[in-house]
Amino acid sequence: MALHREKILTPSFWVLLTFTVIGFYCIGLRYVMGIGAVSNLSDGFPWGIWIAYDVATGTALACGGYALAIVIYIMNGWKYHPLIRSAIVTSLFGYALAGFSVMVDLGRYWNAYSFFMPSRWQVNSVMFEVAVCVMAYNVVLAIELLPAILERFVHSTNPRFPKLKEYARKIYPKLDKVLIFFIVLGITLPTMHQSSLGSMMIIAGSKLNPIWQTGFLPVLFLINAMYIGYSVIIFESTLSSVAFGRPFEKEVRIIAKVVPYLTAAWLIIRFADLYYRGHLSTAFSGDYYSKMFLAETLLIAGGAYMLTWKHFRMSPRWVFVSAVMLCVGGSWYRFSVYIIGFNPDKGWSYFPSLPEFFITLGLVAFEILGYMVLVKMFPIMPNLEGHKKSA
Amino acid sequence: MMKKTRREFIKLAALSGAGIAAAPLAAEASAPITANEEAVGMLYDATLCVGCKACVASCKNVNDMDAAPAPNDADRLWDAPEDLDYRTRNIIKLYKDGEGDFSYVKHQCMHCIKPSCVSACPVAAMQQEKDRGIVFYDKDICIGCRYCQVACPFNIPKFEWPKAFPKIVKCDLCKFTNLKDKGIPACCEVCPTKAVIYGKRDFLLAEAKKRLAENPGKYQKEIYGEFEVGGTNVIYIAGESFSNLGFRELEFDSNAAFSENIQHTIYKGFVAPVALYGFLAFVAIKNRKNHHGHGHGHDAKHEDKHGSEK
Repeated sequence: MALHREKILTPSFWVLLTFTVIGFYCIGLRYVMGIGAVSNLSDGFPWGIWIAYDVATGTALACGGYALAIVIYIMNGWKYHPLIRSAIVTSLFGYALAGFSVMVDLGRYWNAYSFFMPSRWQVNSVMFEVAVCVMAYNVVLAIELLPAILERFVHSTNPRFPKLKEYARKIYPKLDKVLIFFIVLGITLPTMHQSSLGSMMIIAGSKLNPIWQTGFLPVLFLINAMYIGYSVIIFESTLSSVAFGRPFEKEVRIIAKVVPYLTAAWLIIRFADLYYRGHLSTAFSGDYYSKMFLAETLLIAGGAYMLTWKHFRMSPRWVFVSAVMLCVGGSWYRFSVYIIGFNPDKGWSYFPSLPEFFITLGLVAFEILGYMVLVKMFPIMPNLEGHKKSA
Repeated sequence: MMKKTRREFIKLAALSGAGIAAAPLAAEASAPITANEEAVGMLYDATLCVGCKACVASCKNVNDMDAAPAPNDADRLWDAPEDLDYRTRNIIKLYKDGEGDFSYVKHQCMHCIKPSCVSACPVAAMQQEKDRGIVFYDKDICIGCRYCQVACPFNIPKFEWPKAFPKIVKCDLCKFTNLKDKGIPACCEVCPTKAVIYGKRDFLLAEAKKRLAENPGKYQKEIYGEFEVGGTNVIYIAGESFSNLGFRELEFDSNAAFSENIQHTIYKGFVAPVALYGFLAFVAIKNRKNHHGHGHGHDAKHEDKHGSEK
């Protein structure tokens, strides 16, 4: 195995590093001066973009690994193996971002160890379920990624770490045998916590606009996570094709076929629920909330509709466009549930402050930075040689 | 192949979705919420309140709260809170409509019978006393996630936003202070007109109904807190409509109960997640066998070859 020898210190590396530094500076401010000093959060809007984007939306955007694992291991007899590693790395980074952001957002972060103390568990809490699931999933993702790291050492020709190579050679086949049980866990856990991310806002009751407030939030969030996950794979795969000069991965077109079914199911539940609760007219009343609803729905439905046409599916450009529409629309939906549709009472409003943006931006930049370095150092990307042969 | 994939996909989606989708339907048939016989609370009668704010001062004094100076008070001499915040657990506000038509109103924690904040808290920092129903907070457990603030239908829990080591602040009926020492919350103890009184919920509710019956012209017909979000232990009667007094019109069902029902339906006995795991493991292992030879370890083999070629 030849080592990946792409240059690491590229111009984009420095840009990302700049944003990372600014972001971490703002995080520093938050810890010294309090959350109120850097954010526009208030007692009416206790959750802002750190939760709505970094956690609720970020983890959905990180569902590539989850969505692809369903296709590969459950539906399709292990066929699209080449794509899974980069998807898992993205998932790991996305979920790590969520973890980081939570530690920035938590007011009493030093008490966060409570989650590891069964005596303090409060099993009625939806957030408890989400937190435990997400932490467990991070561990599972790391284990799923381990083979890629181990391969690096198994095939290492560098004589400097002979012990590492020996260990890697020993662990690798053992891990390979039990990996399937972690992979399945890696499908079960996101199914649980992605639906629960929807359940989180049920308790907000009428503080969340009736267009979004429904008992079906868990199932809507679950399906939403799936089609966002697939769209992210398409997005990512297309982008890295361009960035690394790799051929357009044809599996993407097959994945693109699944998305319209999911989206259709989602839209049917969405509209049936609005009709059943008598809020279809609210959704189409033309006010601010209605416009937000229409925007997200049009993006999601539009993106999915394009993918139902073979003509669009065969074109890398249009597949990319519809993937972006689905990602944006799907994320918009999550923003609506967490911020846009949230109205605690008269007199409260929220728009993120500049430092809030910078913290989120910094964490995302940090995430991409880590991803770039990792894929250049370890065999994450589909092996082109093997890829061509099996294709 | 694609046809099979699609069919199996729909099967899977149906399986994982069914449990979650069925939850809200199942959750509707939940038992009604009733207050404990021993539950205590307060009755506030807005028609008796003279706006002296003795309750605000006393609450701050007893619970050791900071003053909240008015914006223009350069000398910071006066405690003049405009609303509930991390320095103010209890406040008197004035509603005024044109000439002569006005009413005072007191705001603090409503001590819901089925509190959303308690249900939301992931680490049980927000708790409810089993017998007396008092909702209180333990800062030593709290992680500061503020889910209680998101969950509370009355927007009561407040957060110390300007502090580096903040906590949540809300009325706990003087559980650790005045109630413990003197058997009555500070605000009820000092109220000169008995506009706010302390007692068992049953008694307070009966008293409220008696006052409404004796003086129907003076009061609104509604007792706020009797049914809202499943009922609260702090209840209100007033001459002004409650929406004018800053109360939201709320559903009678408890959001906390609804949320818990959905969550418990999905996770009852942990059967559904385990079943999902079992099903997925079965399919995945079957698929691996079917795919033998092209299965796992595939990449490694290739990369070995790849390496030797180089």
